[in-house]
Amino acid sequence: MSCKNPFNHDITPADAPLLNVQVDGQWVQLPRGLNVVEAAKRVGKFIPHYCYHPKLSISGNCRMCLIEMGTPKMGPDRKPIIGADGKPEIGWIPRPQIGCATMISEGMGIRTDSPMVQDCRKGVMEFLLINHPLDCPICDQAGECKLQEFSVEYGNEDSRFVEQKVHKPKQVDIGERIVLDDERCIMCSRCIRFSREMVNDDVLGFTQRGSHTTLAVHPGKRLDNNYSLNTVDICPVGALTSKDFRFKMRVWFLKETKSICTGCATGCNILVGSRENVVHRLTPRENELVNSEWMCDQGRLGFHYIHAEERLLQPTARVNSTTLPVAWDDAFAQIRDRIKSYKPEQIAIIGSARMTNEELFLLAELRAGLGGNAVLTDVVPRTGEADGILRSADLNPNTAGAKLFQISNDGKNLAAIKDGIESGRIKVLYALHEDPVGDAGLSESALAKLDLLITQKLLKSHSTDIAHFSLPGASFAEKRGSMINGAGRLQRLNKAIATPGQTMDDFEILLKLRATITGGNSLHTIEEVFKAVAASIPALSGLSLSKVGDLGVEVAPAAATVTT
Amino acid sequence: MSATCHDTQDHVELKPEFVAHADELISHYPVSKRSASLPLLHFWQETHGYISNQAVEWIAGKLGLNPIQILELVTFYPMFRQHPAGKFQIKVCRTLSCQLGGAYELREHFMKKLGITKVDEHGLGISADGKFSVEFVECLASCGTAPVIMVNDDFYEGVSHTQADELIGKYS
Amino acid sequence: MPAPAEYRLVFKHIDEPGYTNDIECYQRHGGYEQLKKAFTMKGPDIVNEVKASGLRGRGGAGFACGVKWGFIDPTKNTKPVYLICNADESEPGTFKDRQIIHKDPHQLIEGMVIACYANNVHLSYIYIRGEFPLGAKILEKAIAEAKAKNFLGKNILGSGYDLEIYVHRGAGAYICGEETGLIESLEGKRPYPRIKPPYFPAVLGLYMCPTIVNNVETLCDVKHIIAMGGANYAKIGKPNNTGTRLIGVSGDVAKPGYYEFEVGSLTLGQLINDVCGGLKNGRKLQAVIPGGSSSKVLRAGEKYKIKEKQADGSMVDKEIGLEDIPMDFDTMAAIGSMSGSGGVIVIDDSRDIVSCLANLSEFYAHESCGQCTPCREGSLWMKKITRRLADGHGRVEDVALLKSVADNIAGRTICAMGEACSWPVQSFVAKFKNEFEAKGRAGKGPAVAATNGH
Ligand SMILES: Cc1cc2nc3c(=O)[nH]c(=O)nc-3n(C[C@H](O)[C@H](O)[C@H](O)COP(=O)(O)O)c2cc1C
Ligand code: SF4
Ligand code: SF4
Ligand code: SF4
Ligand code: FES
Ligand code: FES
Repeated sequence: MSCKNPFNHDITPADAPLLNVQVDGQWVQLPRGLNVVEAAKRVGKFIPHYCYHPKLSISGNCRMCLIEMGTPKMGPDRKPIIGADGKPEIGWIPRPQIGCATMISEGMGIRTDSPMVQDCRKGVMEFLLINHPLDCPICDQAGECKLQEFSVEYGNEDSRFVEQKVHKPKQVDIGERIVLDDERCIMCSRCIRFSREMVNDDVLGFTQRGSHTTLAVHPGKRLDNNYSLNTVDICPVGALTSKDFRFKMRVWFLKETKSICTGCATGCNILVGSRENVVHRLTPRENELVNSEWMCDQGRLGFHYIHAEERLLQPTARVNSTTLPVAWDDAFAQIRDRIKSYKPEQIAIIGSARMTNEELFLLAELRAGLGGNAVLTDVVPRTGEADGILRSADLNPNTAGAKLFQISNDGKNLAAIKDGIESGRIKVLYALHEDPVGDAGLSESALAKLDLLITQKLLKSHSTDIAHFSLPGASFAEKRGSMINGAGRLQRLNKAIATPGQTMDDFEILLKLRATITGGNSLHTIEEVFKAVAASIPALSGLSLSKVGDLGVEVAPAAATVTT
Repeated sequence: MSATCHDTQDHVELKPEFVAHADELISHYPVSKRSASLPLLHFWQETHGYISNQAVEWIAGKLGLNPIQILELVTFYPMFRQHPAGKFQIKVCRTLSCQLGGAYELREHFMKKLGITKVDEHGLGISADGKFSVEFVECLASCGTAPVIMVNDDFYEGVSHTQADELIGKYS
Repeated sequence: MPAPAEYRLVFKHIDEPGYTNDIECYQRHGGYEQLKKAFTMKGPDIVNEVKASGLRGRGGAGFACGVKWGFIDPTKNTKPVYLICNADESEPGTFKDRQIIHKDPHQLIEGMVIACYANNVHLSYIYIRGEFPLGAKILEKAIAEAKAKNFLGKNILGSGYDLEIYVHRGAGAYICGEETGLIESLEGKRPYPRIKPPYFPAVLGLYMCPTIVNNVETLCDVKHIIAMGGANYAKIGKPNNTGTRLIGVSGDVAKPGYYEFEVGSLTLGQLINDVCGGLKNGRKLQAVIPGGSSSKVLRAGEKYKIKEKQADGSMVDKEIGLEDIPMDFDTMAAIGSMSGSGGVIVIDDSRDIVSCLANLSEFYAHESCGQCTPCREGSLWMKKITRRLADGHGRVEDVALLKSVADNIAGRTICAMGEACSWPVQSFVAKFKNEFEAKGRAGKGPAVAATNGH
């Protein structure tokens, strides 16, 4: 599934004819359909802009992208006059034009840095700053603010403004997740256009007029849609800020790790912003084939559990009613010793479609070592409602992978597992990243009947309390690996932070458990595991984690069939 | 100058005739009923005096819009008020030809006569009894007969201070 | 030379004793006869007559009306075409359309029906400024009367042609006079002028359909073009400056008022001295704003170089004074100003020129829609500087600063309001440099918190 942007000014059809355009004196060929900002970008020239966004309608209001342009001079025969260099002579228009709303045409000349252009930028920068509060020291946007950035690059040195500034509302609560500072707003209307055009939730607007123009919501209808935080990303200044991220961290301290969101089967590409092993925010990362430049708020904010107080940090073993910390190797050995005496029919595994391919692969191998298909296995399906924008009806990020490795049975085995445990036929349960009670729907009394309960998850619960072995795994931000999204795209997770405490990356837990139980261990690294995965699945053959790349690859559509 | 003034305002019951006329106004715009925003705002203000929160929400609902789209207009156009102004609204043209014709002095005269000392952020002053409000407006397109004023919908040209006094008397 | 006599075409019956604004009176004076004549012609033939007339728009920009109509070819597009009458009349100093609307509304309706018929328009609006409540009522009554007599509505006069006209009221915004701001306003949105390209009204106008926007006076002229034929109309006035023009004079003249003259037939001097009885109270001329407040100011005593076309077609350089400027589109442009909306504001030598500019700058700051950066921020800045200067808080460097701010606006905005607000500043400051500098020298400099942001 690729994102349905209303506009894609930066993309032209593959068969768009090439036009000859002169950019800062150089003749280049560029596809028809580009505006001047995009055309210049393709030849490495940056035209500063505020209001223009390649995925939104063009409003042309900031005037930062003013450039000089010209068209071929025409002779009396209505044909372009050819100059000494064999190229058309250009008749330059004396007035600057906005690059964002000017489409390139055959023989067009563009000057992106002429004295006139520089003068225009200086003028616009000055205008934008005269009524700006300049509270950069306390502004969250500092470091990512285009006003700061461009004013250094294109602005004046000192202020000529000696009047009183216009005052506007500050710290306006415009939505559950967003705070607005109207004095910082430069009225570029990006946020308004985003809400209207991408989300069809036209709740933002400008009130008042002239220099008093004020971005606002009507109190009865706030900016609460599930994509609201994208407005924070596209706001070029610090006018819109995320309540979640506000004042938490200066952005320049953040380490950004490319990864994917695991909130649903869309697998939006993201950056994980972290510092010193703490994740502070997730932001969307451009991938036209998946999420374009956006992500939903649920996905964006759904990471705090990583640092929850209930996070399990230590493997534990329970003997009778006493639960004690245990060393990993001891845990693996004890599990081996206890599980040996059970027949495959007495063992069940509840895996998760939130696990990576690598983990699922290893789990499948472990199952084989425990008796193969006789071990009842399944995952917990999670469905919501697709929103027609990004969110998939499948709320598991790797349903396709779970099927591919035959861990998933679409949840159809869950009832059998439940019955088996309740009837006493199943004596051993290994539950990974799903809570047997909270997620899989087993009863606490059923769990009590088990001889051996092994849980492998992040957060403490009744199940982990009564588990004979609780193995603390890793969150998406703490691991590498791959997943296949609902559209059959194989994408990578990357490790942003270290696993906390004694927790262990799940692939390693599985690797070690497998080695302990079934013996032999030829695999050590995640790359090696992926190689083994690729070797076992024809659709992935020839791939390696590095070949998957930052933007993922489409794998056989067979993997894409997700039933929800 | 908050963007969204929301006092607890009296809720008005809309008469069937009001709704019928609103529908008639909407019918002037067969292509897009959003176009009826201004006519409905005018009609509401003429009927109820000012644009309340109820007005914003009712008109938005009527036209299938979000209330912010109506609020955007109410706050843009100076003729719409979010609070009651005087029963008689004196609007003095401020622009150049009228300034040359004594508009500033005329406004001052009105303010003094009506005992108005305070104005709001839009320059509107209301007399203590709420009967009159005085404000500047921009060129009323009658510059040849400066200074000109409007009192509600009535228009007066070449207004001297004596005439101003007479007008206050007339409307009192 | 004494001033030529007025040439009353559009204003023929304005203020005529006994002339009323009802349809009976209008018809007694030959009203709606030109509509009948128009129905004997084909739409494109009417467009051709208008082209031949050389009529230039009377709203301010002076764009050739026939050319504008020619952009729309109803045979080539499948979308409906709309026509909007621009009755926003809000350029300071302009007060002509009000007279037509109040005193001869049927003339406008007849002109509109002809224009709509010519361009195959079936739905049309009159956008009238909110401050004309009576005007709106008069127009609504006129429309009802015309409808009752089948000059409007379905199957007009048995021609098979249908047309509805509605009156749409603004609510106090100068920017609704700018045609694309007007269109947005009529669509029920904030009147933010559109970027051009791509939103030229002729292509993507009202409801993204081809749209013609014409001034009240322009549409009245259409009626007279049908009456006399385009070629005859073109004989009035001068080549490329044809027809008559409504002119309103205000400010410090003895007899301010509205007049109608053949374009270019009289000079600014004749207008001020002969027609308007000279300056009030025997004062002397200081400055003239010749075409609405946005036009560049002219200073008394200035000399201008123009090229004058001779009888044999050759061009001769000529130097003329302010009094000698013929009131036509091309000469006004040649001397660095414009005839704009036909509003002439006269300022005598007793006036503080700095506060005159401060007054106008306040207007533009109040009226900037706030959409684009230079006009939004610059107009308020210029207001604050001019206000400070006028109120004795100026500095000498404010003079250069004003010019620089204005230079940073003009030519860089979405709509022509950018020019409208900066031209007065640029011209006042350039032409009255001494006066501005003197204010700056005498000023105490900015008083903190003097302006409270507004
Ligand atoms: C800021 C601004 C204000 C304007 N105000 C008016 C106006 O009040 N009335 C008008 O007819 N034209 C006004 N115009 C000109 C219109 O944009 C448009 O050119 C005109 O209505 C076209 O009609 P015409 O061709 O018949 O002149 C204004 C233009 C600008 C830039
Ligand atoms: S809040 Fe940000 S995105 Fe929205 S208009 Fe203001 S500056 Fe632009
Ligand atoms: S749409 Fe799905 S993948 Fe994308 S951000 Fe939301 S939850 Fe995450
Ligand atoms: S120039 Fe002024 S009035 Fe025109 S769009 Fe820009 S801000 Fe609005
Ligand atoms: S980026 Fe082009 S005008 Fe804002
Ligand atoms: S300036 Fe007052 S009516 Fe024009």
